[in-house]
Amino acid sequence: MTSRQNDVVVRASGVDKSFMRDGQVVTTALSGIDLEIRRGEFISLIGPSGCGKSTLLRVIGDLTAPSAGSISVNGKPARQARRDRDYGIVFQAPVLFDWRTVEDNVRLPLELLGQSRAQRDGRADEMLALVELTDFAGHHPYQLSGGMQQRVAIARALALEPSLLLMDEPFGALDEMTRERMNSELLRIWQKTGTTVIFVTHSIPEAVFLSTRVVVMSARPGRVTDVIETDLPQPRSDQTREEPRYFERITQVREALRAGEPSRSSEMPP
Amino acid sequence: MTSVAPSVGVPLPSPLGRQRTGRFGRALSDYLPALVAFVAIVAIWEFAASRLQTRPYVMPPPSAIINALVENWSGGRWPLFASAQHTFIEALGGLVIGTVIGLVVAFAVSRWASARDAVLPVAVAANAIPIIAIAPIINNWFGVLEPLSKMMMAALLVFFPVMINVTRGLTQVEPAALELMRSYAASEGEILRKVRIPNALPFFLTALKVGATLSLIGAIVGEYFGGSSEVVGRIVVQSASALRFDVTWAAILLGAAAGIVFYLAIVVIERVLIPWHPSVRGEERQ
Amino acid sequence: MHRSPRPATDDAPAHGRARRILTFVAFFLALLVLWEGAKLLGGDPWRYFGMVWRPPLHFSFASDLNLPHVWDVLGAMLRPVQRGTDQSLGAYLVGASAYTWREAAIGFVAGAMLGISLAAAFVHSRLLERAFVPYVIASQTVPIVALAPMVVFAFGQDVTSVVIIATYLTFFPVTIAMIVGLRSPDPRALELMRSYAASSWSVFWKVRMPASLPYLFTALKISATASIVGAIIGEGPGGIPDGLGRAIINFNQQYVSGPEKLWAAVVASAVLGIVFFVLIRFAEAFTLKGRPDAVIA
Repeated sequence: MTSRQNDVVVRASGVDKSFMRDGQVVTTALSGIDLEIRRGEFISLIGPSGCGKSTLLRVIGDLTAPSAGSISVNGKPARQARRDRDYGIVFQAPVLFDWRTVEDNVRLPLELLGQSRAQRDGRADEMLALVELTDFAGHHPYQLSGGMQQRVAIARALALEPSLLLMDEPFGALDEMTRERMNSELLRIWQKTGTTVIFVTHSIPEAVFLSTRVVVMSARPGRVTDVIETDLPQPRSDQTREEPRYFERITQVREALRAGEPSRSSEMPP
Repeated sequence: MTSVAPSVGVPLPSPLGRQRTGRFGRALSDYLPALVAFVAIVAIWEFAASRLQTRPYVMPPPSAIINALVENWSGGRWPLFASAQHTFIEALGGLVIGTVIGLVVAFAVSRWASARDAVLPVAVAANAIPIIAIAPIINNWFGVLEPLSKMMMAALLVFFPVMINVTRGLTQVEPAALELMRSYAASEGEILRKVRIPNALPFFLTALKVGATLSLIGAIVGEYFGGSSEVVGRIVVQSASALRFDVTWAAILLGAAAGIVFYLAIVVIERVLIPWHPSVRGEERQ
Repeated sequence: MHRSPRPATDDAPAHGRARRILTFVAFFLALLVLWEGAKLLGGDPWRYFGMVWRPPLHFSFASDLNLPHVWDVLGAMLRPVQRGTDQSLGAYLVGASAYTWREAAIGFVAGAMLGISLAAAFVHSRLLERAFVPYVIASQTVPIVALAPMVVFAFGQDVTSVVIIATYLTFFPVTIAMIVGLRSPDPRALELMRSYAASSWSVFWKVRMPASLPYLFTALKISATASIVGAIIGEGPGGIPDGLGRAIINFNQQYVSGPEKLWAAVVASAVLGIVFFVLIRFAEAFTLKGRPDAVIA
């Protein structure tokens, strides 16, 4: 396994994505994206609204096809990786099914994989323990708070031991306190599972705190303008948030974002 | 009543009362007003009918209606029980036929997005047709004396809400849920079983509630345009023209009772099938 | 709330409308083909221009009595409605439709107002809601067709009775939808109004009512049909001689001698229903112009 430590998990080369209407390009969401993500990394994609960071995540996850360029995941085309169930995905909304209990929601991907009931139960229990929701296994999603629902979504995403965890602003709807707690939680899980994470966010502190590298994007067309190594010591904790280097990195990301911004006047209504 | 989606299901007395009063207290605060209203209405009716009415026979007092119900229960000129039974069976048959056909068409149509886009507006438009106008033709097709003709009338009324609602339920799935399933490389069949069908259940049950009353209306409209005389529709028409309004009201009461039985049966099914749905949980807006 | 732009496959309006109309035409034609196809395969012999086609199969529903030819129905529209009059069946049905529509429309307006008022009362008083909503629902399990003779007896054999029946069928969908609709405003909007110390009267007109409009129109589209059903049903016992309901009853009695007439009356009812529906749809589009159509199905 150690020899694979520096493997490339995701390789995006020359990825373009444009949206068409009536045969005409209406939005160029991504333009000429080149990106390499190594195994075990925690990558944040950050940028202003409409910079295509969510689109990039979706292209990597083969939820939408790029207009040009190629994506390979674990050395395979993205589509094959999806078929091989290499992905776990967490959206901004938890997307839990109301008709299933918490436990059954976590079991869903295992059912799709065709695992036996015993295997499923064991794995689901394990995952719920990981996100510390064992006591809520029999509850229905509507009985949980937003933060807890999102933890269930993370448990579900990790159930298949994906080699790549894609997270699209998973904590965007949570309050600041819950968000910080969830960040620490996520890092703990990341450290424990060693999975590779791509994390889309709006929040600079969140990106810096979580990531090994922050990918800064700019809008219209969406492209990568900077990649910042966040060389803060691991494991990170609440102390990390008070270290000078943490603030330096935050400033660095903020400046990179500002540099990518063309000019105020070109901002368009959503 | 089709496009009033599940959220508009049924505001039965909300089971979410004041938390502190406990189970019994909650039930009391939920149902007591309705009970009081019922008693009050019956009392006022009884009083008004027996004292004030200038034409006492149009709205006979409840006691007279109950009397008529008991006297004509099992035979005579107005065989109420047998009639209610016949009408009930016609309606039930129609409900089943209409539901099955509605489900089949909904599943077929929702399989292909283009078919759905084409069929749904047409079905909605067809639903705007006062279908009861077709009743005499249905009677001619399936035999005016056959219960089947009444069933088909009921089935036709039931078909549209079921088909439209279930199609919507199968297709109006949260896009993120579909993306999630896609990320698991789930097959269409798996998406159908694990996402679309559970998602469609509340829509289906709403349609069934609408369909339950429609099936009775369909059966009675069919009866109205001719057929056997031992059915609720004929008893109503004939007793009204014989000025026996106590019997008319008794027959109407039986028809309404059949409707309520259908309705409650579906509420029970709903509690079993979709206990997680907000309309069943009786949740308020958050 | 950052979202990547949606793939632009969602309907572009101009495109969608043309396609929709085309679909309707296609369905209509398919229906005609099905109709005549059934007669071609299993109907009565076709005798035209001195030639005879004998269908190989026999469907009882496709006989000339049970399913007249489309052109026979159309032809009947042009012929006099009965011997000794100049008025064609078509003209007669247009008049009857207009008459029935008038009854239905009055009942529709009355039912809508009743429904809105009831919903407003229920939304403002939990107690009233608990006490009466179950009976509003139960009222719909009473088959209106059964009630019609009683209503006529109580209110006399005139248009009032028919209007009352149409009202009865209209108010229910409106009440139920408006209870939900009037509760639909964002709680924060209600809190905002509270911070202005707005009266519940102005909260009703400035927040609740506008928020409920999409729900109202959804219900009105259902009620439009229901009101016509009520008018048609009511005309029979109501003894109204001028409307579609009476036409259907009369032509049903003359079915054996001229099935086309009943079919023509059914077609007229269908057209009336769709026209009323489309009218409400236009009113909806006009009123809700510029709103996202999330609630509208």
